[in-house]
Amino acid sequence: MSRDQILGAIRRSLKRGALPADQQAMLRDRLQRHPRHPIPARSRLPHTQQVDLFVRNVEKEFGTVARVAAPEDVPAAVADYLATQNLPGRIVLAPHDELRAMPWSTRPLLEIREGRAQASDLVSVQHGYAGIAETGTLMLPSAPNRPTTLNLLADTEIVVLRAASVVGAYEEAWDRLRAEFGSMPRNVMLVTGPSRSADIEQTLELGAHGPRRLHIVLLGESDSA
Amino acid sequence: MHIATSPAFKENASKALSNAGLQKALARSGPSFIARRAAAVAALPEFEALRDAARDIKNHALANLDFYLETYERNVLESGGKVHWCTTADEARAAVLSICQAAGAKTVTKGKSMIGEEIAINDHLEAHGITPVETDLGEYIIQLRHELPSHIIAPAFHLNLEDWEEAFRQAHTDLPADRTFHERRDILIEARTKLRSSFLAADVGITGANFLVAETGSSVIVTNEGNGDLTQTLPRIHIVLASIEKCVPTLEDTVSLLRVLARSATGQDFSVYTTFSTGARRPGDLDGPEEYHVVLIDNGRSAMLGTEFQDMLRCIRCAACMNHCPVYGAVGGHAYGWVYPGPMGSVLTPGLIGVDKAGHLPNASTFCGKCESVCPVRIPLPGLMRHWREREFERHLVPSAVRANLGIWAWFARRPRLYRLATRAAAFGLGLAGRRRGRFSRLPLAAGWTAGRDLPAPEGDTFFARYAREKRSGTLQ
Ligand code: SF4
Repeated sequence: MSRDQILGAIRRSLKRGALPADQQAMLRDRLQRHPRHPIPARSRLPHTQQVDLFVRNVEKEFGTVARVAAPEDVPAAVADYLATQNLPGRIVLAPHDELRAMPWSTRPLLEIREGRAQASDLVSVQHGYAGIAETGTLMLPSAPNRPTTLNLLADTEIVVLRAASVVGAYEEAWDRLRAEFGSMPRNVMLVTGPSRSADIEQTLELGAHGPRRLHIVLLGESDSA
Repeated sequence: MHIATSPAFKENASKALSNAGLQKALARSGPSFIARRAAAVAALPEFEALRDAARDIKNHALANLDFYLETYERNVLESGGKVHWCTTADEARAAVLSICQAAGAKTVTKGKSMIGEEIAINDHLEAHGITPVETDLGEYIIQLRHELPSHIIAPAFHLNLEDWEEAFRQAHTDLPADRTFHERRDILIEARTKLRSSFLAADVGITGANFLVAETGSSVIVTNEGNGDLTQTLPRIHIVLASIEKCVPTLEDTVSLLRVLARSATGQDFSVYTTFSTGARRPGDLDGPEEYHVVLIDNGRSAMLGTEFQDMLRCIRCAACMNHCPVYGAVGGHAYGWVYPGPMGSVLTPGLIGVDKAGHLPNASTFCGKCESVCPVRIPLPGLMRHWREREFERHLVPSAVRANLGIWAWFARRPRLYRLATRAAAFGLGLAGRRRGRFSRLPLAAGWTAGRDLPAPEGDTFFARYAREKRSGTLQ
């Protein structure tokens, strides 16, 4: 009832009835084509430079990045990061095949649990879907192998991202997502740096409710596919 | 329901001017917002073009709002969510309560939501034995202090470190006596620890929405703390509160609006967490809510469509207008007496609670034009305030003495303290005026009073016309 009331009130205010069929068709067509608006030129670069821009922007937003050449290097990069930060060698890992295939056994001191994060987890390792150079933003769509809680509950989030998955603008990441997922995943987080708040005296403090540290292990040369 | 003190704007403003703590907070925080936005804008050469795009997107969405809301609803249903259409605040409160009661909820965590403030959902839940816990740091202390937010993106704008300490010591009774709060960091850690347990215990999480995306049926929230994400991810049920004008067509439209939102608000290029939620937990998912409800609220919006106030519905709640307003900068947000302060509040509040209660607010302006010049969706705020003033005159709500004086505008202009604060803002004519007190009728500012209306052409027609044209000429991409 309220539904009809609201739609009716909107149409009355706009001084028309429901849109005629041809206009509805045009709007449906616009939805299907989802045209782009002006996109800032800053990310229109060769791919290697897009990756560099991504890294610069992540660091500007208080994230950190370690670059490694091959999947085999990831466990060592994770362990080294934990050591330099004086963090315990205990991680909760996204149950993603790409991460599973990495040689974690070469780091026997690393204690690994797979699955979603719990409140007691200090460090999570997430699979990065895309990096957006424009603002140093990670795109993290939810899936059974990419639980959302990994982005939220741990004090430190480490994201393993292929350099090949870095794109220039948000629009390019949406196109990839549409092509690969078909429909919208339940949750898509765009994450730019670690959690923060400026609510106390409008002065920035890092580490509000989400992770205090965001570390990205960037995998592969930027020009490798 | 919050009792609006907007009718007492004058008294509120007087009190605000002599409130030392408030003045300290305003002097500290005001200039930094302005500087941060300016830096973000300077770093993006396309910013003005993006503002045009943002305005056009919202105009297009509003001109076809019925179509996009129906599309949005269909996609929410398809992704396993539910939409509860609510004409009034009462209906919205009842809808939220019944979802909570059906779930047997005892505690509810909340992300920051201005529509939540507007419908005063916390009071309603509390009255029915359900405990709401605000999780945005600023909202949390506002809740502890039983106040309204004084700013739409920085609810605790009016507070200083000592106020935080006092509120925490009172509310967190388990604090050891020797626990110190000398640093902002100490406050943050205490809040993080306390609220963690609330996140884990809550049965329902309630968030607002910056946007609703018709194409996908998604609700979008934007935060820096991550509290909104914990709120919508951990509990069994997620409720989204959103007003109807939040609906935009596509993901491309949404990111175009996001490009101007954070820059205008906090001066960030992008907020830390921008999250698109679409329906309930999917098969195989290891986390996420099992139920996803959208409480879709009109509460006065549809009546603004098709009037000169339709432009106001483009507002994306960035707060740039209040950050740059000399009046807000002098008296803070509480003086405005209700949920929405500053220039956007002066236009929106009379539309939502009635010009009889909020008729003073459109006068709380110097017509310096700064708000319009920074608004990312180019809302002609001073012009809309003038429209309210004209309506107010027509309705003879204005006492004759006020009428003669051009109301609170003149009142403001005669306050030397306010002068000094106000003249700090650039492009502000009152500094000049201050030197010839009492002779306002001769000032160019008064021209603002009589300037004519400039109704924007409805964008919907141009879209269809353009579409047909482009289709014919084959330029449609
Ligand atoms: S009116 Fe404009 S500047 Fe003010 S909050 Fe809304 S969008 Fe921002």
